[in-house]
Amino acid sequence: MTPEHEPAKLLEIEDLHVDFLTDRGWTNVVAGVSFDVGPGEIVGLVGESGSGKSVTSLSVLRLLPPAYTRTPGGHVRYRGRDLIGMPQRELRDIRGNEISMIFQEPMTSLNPAYTIGDQIAEGYRRHKGGSRRAAFARAAEMLDLVGIPDAGHRVRDYPHEFSGGMRQRAMIAMALVCEPRLLIADEPATALDVTVQAQIVALLARLRDETGCGILFITHDLGLVAELADRVVVMYAGEVVETAPALDLYDAPKHPYTAGLLSAMPHLGVRGEELPTIPGRTPEPWRMPEGCRFSPRCGHANETCTAAPPEFRIVGEGRGCRCCRTEQLRLVGSP
Amino acid sequence: MLRLLSVRLLAMVPMLLIVSFLIYSLIALVPGGPEVALAGNNPTPERIAAIREQLGLDKSFMSQYWSWLTGALHGDLGKSFVDGQSVRSAVASGFPVTLSLVVLTLVIAAVLGLALGLAAGLRPGTWADRISTVTASAFMSLPYFWVGMMLVLVFAIQMRTLPAVGYVPLTESPLEWFQHLILPAFSLATVPTAVVARQTRASVTSVMQEDFIRTARAKGLHPSRLVVKHVLKNAAVPVVTAFGVEANRLIGATVVIEQLFALPGVGKLAYFSVFSRDFPMVQGILLITAILIMLINLAVDLSYGYFNPKVKVS
Amino acid sequence: MTRSRSVDIKKPAPVPAEKDSGAAVPASRGRALLRRFGGNRSAVVGFGLLLAIIVVTAAAPLLAPYGPAQVDIGDRLSGPTAEHWLGTDTLGRDTLSRLMHGGRVSLAAAGLAVAIATAIGLPLGLVSGYFGGIVDWLLDRAADVLMAFPAIILTIAIIAAVGPGLTTAMVSLGIVYAPRMFRVVRGSTMEVRRAVYIEASTSIGTPSLMILRKRVLPNILPAALVQLSFLLASALLAEVTISLLGLGALPPTASWGSMLGQAFLEMRSSPSLAVYPGIAIAIATLCFNLIGDGLRDAFGRETRKAS
Repeated sequence: MTPEHEPAKLLEIEDLHVDFLTDRGWTNVVAGVSFDVGPGEIVGLVGESGSGKSVTSLSVLRLLPPAYTRTPGGHVRYRGRDLIGMPQRELRDIRGNEISMIFQEPMTSLNPAYTIGDQIAEGYRRHKGGSRRAAFARAAEMLDLVGIPDAGHRVRDYPHEFSGGMRQRAMIAMALVCEPRLLIADEPATALDVTVQAQIVALLARLRDETGCGILFITHDLGLVAELADRVVVMYAGEVVETAPALDLYDAPKHPYTAGLLSAMPHLGVRGEELPTIPGRTPEPWRMPEGCRFSPRCGHANETCTAAPPEFRIVGEGRGCRCCRTEQLRLVGSP
Repeated sequence: MLRLLSVRLLAMVPMLLIVSFLIYSLIALVPGGPEVALAGNNPTPERIAAIREQLGLDKSFMSQYWSWLTGALHGDLGKSFVDGQSVRSAVASGFPVTLSLVVLTLVIAAVLGLALGLAAGLRPGTWADRISTVTASAFMSLPYFWVGMMLVLVFAIQMRTLPAVGYVPLTESPLEWFQHLILPAFSLATVPTAVVARQTRASVTSVMQEDFIRTARAKGLHPSRLVVKHVLKNAAVPVVTAFGVEANRLIGATVVIEQLFALPGVGKLAYFSVFSRDFPMVQGILLITAILIMLINLAVDLSYGYFNPKVKVS
Repeated sequence: MTRSRSVDIKKPAPVPAEKDSGAAVPASRGRALLRRFGGNRSAVVGFGLLLAIIVVTAAAPLLAPYGPAQVDIGDRLSGPTAEHWLGTDTLGRDTLSRLMHGGRVSLAAAGLAVAIATAIGLPLGLVSGYFGGIVDWLLDRAADVLMAFPAIILTIAIIAAVGPGLTTAMVSLGIVYAPRMFRVVRGSTMEVRRAVYIEASTSIGTPSLMILRKRVLPNILPAALVQLSFLLASALLAEVTISLLGLGALPPTASWGSMLGQAFLEMRSSPSLAVYPGIAIAIATLCFNLIGDGLRDAFGRETRKAS
């Protein structure tokens, strides 16, 4: 790979392992995750809480608390440069500049002691320089771009004067102020009510079209991903269990877990019917099942599933799956 | 801001009235009245009567209070029972000394306390944290006057590097001013330093876990900028509160420390007046102290609006 | 100090309020608190050390090798010897004996002041916090007034009026400290009152006094106990300050404060006299602080809920 050639991939995560220090010692919570995001592509990273999706996303910019997390193996490459071993100084030049993040809790992710404008301008001045006045004007411009009415005045408001949806818009403005190539959105809509969720998702889709940035969209809600993502990566218990182009995944899931998630999705037009749920819950990281990690909850599991951990295999055009029985199953997608 | 300030200052008036009444009432506690206390051993009734008349103690209590209060409003706090000196000028001459001492102490406590608290709070569980925590616990428990005595022993008596007693005004020689004040200020600073350090540690550890700190890190900010801008301002409110409480305690402690280091401040004056039962002087000092403390509390309250913009709205 | 260890990277979900959180302290919770306090090494050390100090000072008349005022002119200002472990002062009085007797005076004085502060502050705080209204407003303003002065200055001003003496000084100090106990008790009472069960109790017509005693009091005790130990530390320091200034324990009575005061006068000739009383005060203060911190941590969850 030579510097003058743009790598085909913006972000490559390869065999990433993350451990947490718990009362039981070091416990593995992300076990060999691999996937990538291309320029201008929206990838949905989906899983229940405890699947390791947030940990994966936070470890890209190394935002996990270093005192009790470690990354014993794997690579995270941004345009060919390894972020895991990169010196802090270099990494700080990338954070907020080339890769930005939006977090789950818009209520607590903004500093209550400074104005919205100050917090947007701060990142801009850090990376692009310029006067306070220019950065503040830029902040107002960004607030306008994310759809805050009367942005020129609201830029001087404090976070507590914004509603939840507006704060998340402000977070997005903050993340995009340096025109990053990659935006990592960690459940950006989860804490918001449904109409606001839809607005935020629509906003992200529009911004991708306008700025051409790649987006890694982390969520537990397959429905949101359906509207937004080009490709979907499904995680379960610290592992990737399936990757596929979004439409293919919805039509024909290859992993029983994905199928389970799809059938648990509410659909318009189907009323009064109780939604099927996946029985059981995500295993604790220190008590992983033998063999396939999903097998205790899987309706299709047999003795081959518990005998050995299944490999992640290519199962079609742009598709991969971690299920040894996938060829024998006829899984139903979203109607 | 100006309006808020004037409203808050006005709100102090009724409080000050009550405080002034309490201060004046102290005289009523004197067994037999102040004239007996003043007349010395085996006084004749004539002598007592003469003192009463001389000091205006023959009028009713309320009218005495009233004339004292109206005098105080005009800046006249009466005259010393002991040497007839004006209370106002006595307090005014001691005030710069005490103010110097208190301010220097607070500066030391703020700088040292913040440094210790940050060292601990940014890296909880490390050696820096442990050293800082133990230092704070020790500082917390050392009696300040004893620290003063030990400092005098070491620096003034044994090493002879610093003066043990006396005061030089800042305007005369800043260096000598500092040399005379550093030992008393350091002895006074031990407890406030410990309190600020503990409060800062607790506050910083909790702010460091806030989501907005992660947001700031994700922007690519340098750790020092992160601390100075995002951590400190949010951690400030409990620290400033503790600082206000300590300032109050500190003003009380000047009585002993000024005695110990022979500093001609208000604290020393207070001690002398208590000993000689010089009530007008005691009352004047109490009044000034109460006003000072109310102003400190007001400053602390007003600072909340700066550190936490949410407060300003409500 | 404690490293936060968590599997989930996000902050742990708020612990759902215990069902019994409002009820009077059940024995099991009392034991849990005791265990948490016992698990705090420095608090236990502080408690043990304080007990030892109390026993040694209380038994000073039996244990001390000499009387506190026993003068030995022939053996003045001796260094540590076999007869006088910590040496003697300018009048030839045994330092160790005086420390033991002086501690008795100082600790008892601090205890008296805090007892008075609690006797005033606790019931008034309960009443003020529970009933609210005009009584609460008046009491709270009264606390404001008393707290508008540094404790030491107000105390010595009262002494100026009433005259010196250790008992007077400590009674004055007790009054000056009363608002500090009052404020803490009032605050936690208001918190407890808000708890649902109180409303349930009032609705079935339980008399207020009964509710205060059976329901409120046990729940505000943790906060009051924490304040009590910190007040003891302050009161000890105040006793020493006042006696040091010559307004409290008067010679020849030995107290840690009067010993320090005397040592100060003779610091140039015999510097070592100042050392021992200071160390004694520092250790006792440290004990009170460690116990207070330990109690606060043991009650941590409750006090945090109340704040």
